[in-house]
Amino acid sequence: MTHDKSYVEKDYKVVGSRVKRPDGIDKVTGKARYGADASAPGGLVGRVLRSPHPHAQILKINTAKAEKLAGVKAVITSADLPDLTNGDQGMAHILENCMARGRALYDGHAVAAVAAVDEQTAAKALKLIDVKYKKLPHVTDVDEAMQPEAPVLHDNMFTRGVEPAPTKPSNISARTQMGYGDVDAGFAEADVIVERSYKTEQTHQGYIEPHACLASVNPDGTAELWVTTQGHFTFRNVCSTLLGLDIAKLKVTSSEIGGGFGGKTHVWAEPVALALSRKANRPVKLVMSRDEVFRASGPTSSTSIDIKMGAKKDGTITAAVAEMRYQGGAFPGTWAMLGCMTAFACYSIKNNRSVGWDVVVNRPKVAAYRAPSAPMAAFAVESTIDVIAKEIGKSPIDVRLKNVAREGTQAPYGPTYGPIGIENTLEAVKAHPHMRAKLKKNQGRGVACGFWFNIGGQTCVDLNIGIDGTVNLNVGTVDVGGARSSMAMIAAEELGISYDDVKATIGDTASLGHNDTTEGSRGTFSSGMATIFAARDAIGVLKQRAATMWGIPLEDVEWQDGQAIAMGDMHSNLPALTLKEIAAKSGRTGGPIAGHNEVVADGAGMGFASHICDVEVDPETGRSQIVRYTVVQDAGKAIHPDYVEGQFQGAAAQGIGWALNEEYIYGDDGRLQNPGFLDYRIPVCSDMPFIDTKILEVPNPNHPYGIRGVGETSIVPPLGAVGNAIADATGVRMTHAPMSPPRVLSALDARDAG
Amino acid sequence: MRYEKPATAKEAAGLLAKEKGAAFLLGGGTDLLVKLKMGMVEPDLVVDVKHIAKANEIQTTAKGFSIGAAVPSARLTEHKALQKAWPGVVEAANLIGSDQIQGRCTLAGNLCNASPAADSVPAMIAAGAKAVIVGAKKRRTVPVEKVATGPGQTCLGSDELIESITLPKPGPRTGDAYLRFIPRTEMDIAVVGVAVCVTLERGRVKTARVALGAVAPTAILVPAAARALVGTSLDDEALEKLARACSAACNPIDDKRGTVEYRTRLAGVLAKRAAKIAFARAGGKS
Repeated sequence: MTHDKSYVEKDYKVVGSRVKRPDGIDKVTGKARYGADASAPGGLVGRVLRSPHPHAQILKINTAKAEKLAGVKAVITSADLPDLTNGDQGMAHILENCMARGRALYDGHAVAAVAAVDEQTAAKALKLIDVKYKKLPHVTDVDEAMQPEAPVLHDNMFTRGVEPAPTKPSNISARTQMGYGDVDAGFAEADVIVERSYKTEQTHQGYIEPHACLASVNPDGTAELWVTTQGHFTFRNVCSTLLGLDIAKLKVTSSEIGGGFGGKTHVWAEPVALALSRKANRPVKLVMSRDEVFRASGPTSSTSIDIKMGAKKDGTITAAVAEMRYQGGAFPGTWAMLGCMTAFACYSIKNNRSVGWDVVVNRPKVAAYRAPSAPMAAFAVESTIDVIAKEIGKSPIDVRLKNVAREGTQAPYGPTYGPIGIENTLEAVKAHPHMRAKLKKNQGRGVACGFWFNIGGQTCVDLNIGIDGTVNLNVGTVDVGGARSSMAMIAAEELGISYDDVKATIGDTASLGHNDTTEGSRGTFSSGMATIFAARDAIGVLKQRAATMWGIPLEDVEWQDGQAIAMGDMHSNLPALTLKEIAAKSGRTGGPIAGHNEVVADGAGMGFASHICDVEVDPETGRSQIVRYTVVQDAGKAIHPDYVEGQFQGAAAQGIGWALNEEYIYGDDGRLQNPGFLDYRIPVCSDMPFIDTKILEVPNPNHPYGIRGVGETSIVPPLGAVGNAIADATGVRMTHAPMSPPRVLSALDARDAG
Repeated sequence: MRYEKPATAKEAAGLLAKEKGAAFLLGGGTDLLVKLKMGMVEPDLVVDVKHIAKANEIQTTAKGFSIGAAVPSARLTEHKALQKAWPGVVEAANLIGSDQIQGRCTLAGNLCNASPAADSVPAMIAAGAKAVIVGAKKRRTVPVEKVATGPGQTCLGSDELIESITLPKPGPRTGDAYLRFIPRTEMDIAVVGVAVCVTLERGRVKTARVALGAVAPTAILVPAAARALVGTSLDDEALEKLARACSAACNPIDDKRGTVEYRTRLAGVLAKRAAKIAFARAGGKS
């Protein structure tokens, strides 16, 4: 019973309130310690030498001069990171991405690294490393990379998922297909058929804090790593494998994190810093510059997508087909598959098929970016639905509602939905005052929907009660979006005590069992579940101690509102024992009082959102200004509404940036032209309107509190919402994101040219 | 790397003249420090001009204004008389970077960095500003449009520095304006910048100066664009002519910030908008 995962409706005392965040003071006073804020006695500075070529053979690396420079303590190349991956292709790619092995696959690919006594010496040493390259032809565009004449990156890569299996290597790592029904029959039923092709450019998560770590490896095989990460346990496992360390002997501590959004789920600098430290036998701090972050961390895919949808005059979508090409950077990923899974997930379409192509190009290896792969697919699908609505003369919201997915609908990727909130968000949008607000000249309004799976996974939590009755909660899932606050709230709720009496900490890898990375909006869902169960275990102990203190049978003790109650007429003279009173006596009743839980949280509740966007387009410059924006999303249960609203707003802001101006720009030379925040244009504050939010709560049946993940879903609709708003303002359908001023102006010209 | 903080411009010029290695002037440092941190420059000598008394002053004279080389943009906004006389120059200077940058960046620095996209430069050119240049041996005054000779290049000798920028006293019924295009709302580099200065007589433009930024290797004065305005009260035909003249004067590059086609087109669009503002500021009624 205490570990029952199913949802139970109840009234909350702490959950759902807007308590003070525990990390606030440290962060606003500058005391918070991020990745670059650690130092160690005798610490060295690590720096990485990177390839200036998008594709080249590395003929020779001469490090002799750099090694002789006074103050240089170690120089490493791939020779110092021998391949211990034992046939694990995925791990081998991570290793090669961290340090080039005989070939450079993108502009910025690490080639060598140095550790020196200071920044200047390290910089000087990099210049003394002589690398002989043989330049190879490169390709950075996803469509070009798929052409038969394109330069091939991996001569051992044969497309998976194609029958018969190809005999020649190519840049296409895999083909995925999913869906159900008979699309040809569906199109035959349609009154209108719309086909459109879309492109989206590559974007970066744009976290403000660059990758940074402090690594220290000892000759006895023990090691420590302080790092900004979304998953220190995952980092420990990967680094141990790559460096040949025992997992238990590498202690990884996660620092405060200055944004991750999926970009801090993978290792880049960390194995290099560890290898430098091992060679120098001194601690090494490695901090990436912004230029390095853009060129050599993990941005998201650029894509090229074709959509074909057919509908009846009443709005019923009879068939939908998507053909999607995702570039994964220099190494294969499964990004197109995620596009296929999410493209039509908001709708119930009788006949649907999605085909995905995963493609490698000479760009940095793609990593997750907040609902990875979904925003591009949604841009294409949500734009196409608006085109259909226009053609059949129905409101875009009504067409969406006509086809909306409900409980019992089969998702395009297989499972049947339980209770979900997409219809609720659309109805809330329809009823929202924003929809009735008057638009001015050159303004337009667009609506779009979005879906994200959300995940659960492995979590391990410790709860320890001090002798004064205050509680330490040790959580292993990194606090990216408010975990310490919401976990403390949940513990307080379960124990029946004040939020101020619970202190949550993110434990290092030596203090808890494995915790999966904070990704897939799993943090609150899975850590929340483990925290509830750990607290209930502690309550079991508290009841036991109360029974001992009273000298009555355990079954006569109940826990209510933070205190033990002796039940039954026999004990009516016994006053309740508070948690504090029981804790004070714990030394004499059996020792410290604790709760613990490890769980694989499954049954994550899907997230759905619908957004409304108003845009004003300058007809002479093509510049779009977002003038009003509203997010409606189903949170299942909002533990701390401030954080939930912040997630909605942050996700929408990132989506708007992507929609308007953010893009990787590669030159003909295959080099990234804008590796900095000056020319990689994330929105500044004054670009944004206030982003209004509305939290809906459709409980997830697979969580005691009904929690769903909330962090990612709302980056999915903005591209479509902005595109639909621009179409409403101008009559022009944008099919290439970002919808930057030159692209919009040239589309307006095309419209005027008729 | 040596750091020097001379007390006079002459002394600064002397330090520059003697230096055999790479010497750099430090004003607000908003360009130099960035380049230093990115490893783009490796100075042997840095000469800080902020300790030169004259370089920190804004002087109002019978002829106009003299703005010291170390005066940050934020102080231009606080100077009521300057703001009233040359609102276009002040608004241009206050588009550079962010609020924090405004507290450091200078007109002279913006000019000497010699970026074709520098915001304050077209505005200074339209206003008829001049640079007072001090060398080890002589002093000279050069119109602002002659200072930059190419991207990152200036007419300054290795022993020269700008001590101040002068702006004339505007004649009656004079107005100036600067507009730039950026994809965002702030903290960005101009894709196109246009400055217009007009003086009116009986409601019509008597004289005009039009300058463009980010559409050629340096900011440029466009006499043909000025001629399009002279004698008109900014009717639609005059504005179209102005736009065509501005677009015709463009010689931009395709880069990450904008294409040739887009820049050329926008130069005309912004010129019309800037001209209307300058005209209204001069008291014109269209």
